[in-house]
Amino acid sequence: MSKSNVMKPVEILLIEDNPGDVRLTKEALKKSKIKINLNVVRDGVKAMDYLCKHGKYKSKPKPNLILLDLNLPKKDGREVLADIKDSDSLKMIPIVILTTSLAENDILSSYNQHANCYINKPVELNKFFKVIRSIELFWFGIVKLPPNRLISK
Amino acid sequence: MSVKNIGSTVEILLVEDNPGDVRLTIEALKESKILNNLNVVDDGIEAMAYLNKEGKYKDRPHPDLIILDLNLPRKDGREVLEEIKEHKNFKRIPIVILTISEAEEDILKTYQLHANCFITKPVDINQFIKVVKSVSNFWFSIVKLPPDGE
Repeated sequence: MSKSNVMKPVEILLIEDNPGDVRLTKEALKKSKIKINLNVVRDGVKAMDYLCKHGKYKSKPKPNLILLDLNLPKKDGREVLADIKDSDSLKMIPIVILTTSLAENDILSSYNQHANCYINKPVELNKFFKVIRSIELFWFGIVKLPPNRLISK
Repeated sequence: MSVKNIGSTVEILLVEDNPGDVRLTIEALKESKILNNLNVVDDGIEAMAYLNKEGKYKDRPHPDLIILDLNLPRKDGREVLEEIKEHKNFKRIPIVILTISEAEEDILKTYQLHANCFITKPVDINQFIKVVKSVSNFWFSIVKLPPDGE
């Protein structure tokens, strides 16, 4: 059994290009009772650089959870999902797709590509907050995440 | 192919051999605001037969969500997970691991096999019910489930 550290912060990687949505997510997570570090990248190329610890990201911690928008510049979120879930060192990280797309093809292909869950981004502010809060309560309160000790290599 | 519409019944497959836990799960889901149907099998072989619509399962509905215990008779839950997540038609189905194990190696391995999430079964009855309600609330009201593609 691993010793429990004085609560290490949970690391979230938010892959999102819309500045408004980034800000809302930050706001929503501020209310959390647990300590959360929100790391943000704004396109798919930076997302992979972050996860592979390239360049300026070399000391960044591996995330405990990824929030991934599908429509991203430079490298599409669908490709990012595939790259992560095909990688032996990254595939265990839970990925929550958080996107405006309601297209059945997107939902189906995301699950086929092993996205952990797919959530449609609400347009309405209070609903958006509620969704972020639900993600936080479920993934950090109910679920057991892959152990840091074993994934942070 | 149809997306789960608001108002239609969510089909759950519970793969669980402990009758007490089955009963608690039934109780917890009864109180859900979302209409759901709980289908239960009690070992790993029956789980695959259910999904493949073999024999007595030929008219059973395709599950929208699977709740899977790891320690099962006849065919272990870890094998069931692997088979489902490698199967072209079944891999889309979200699998919630609900097990007594808290072993880090189990947690890591099941995520690597593409379990959608891993939950350790609480020992306390009230906590157990709370956890099942949280699963139902998150997966049926917040998340978009995959279309069943049939």
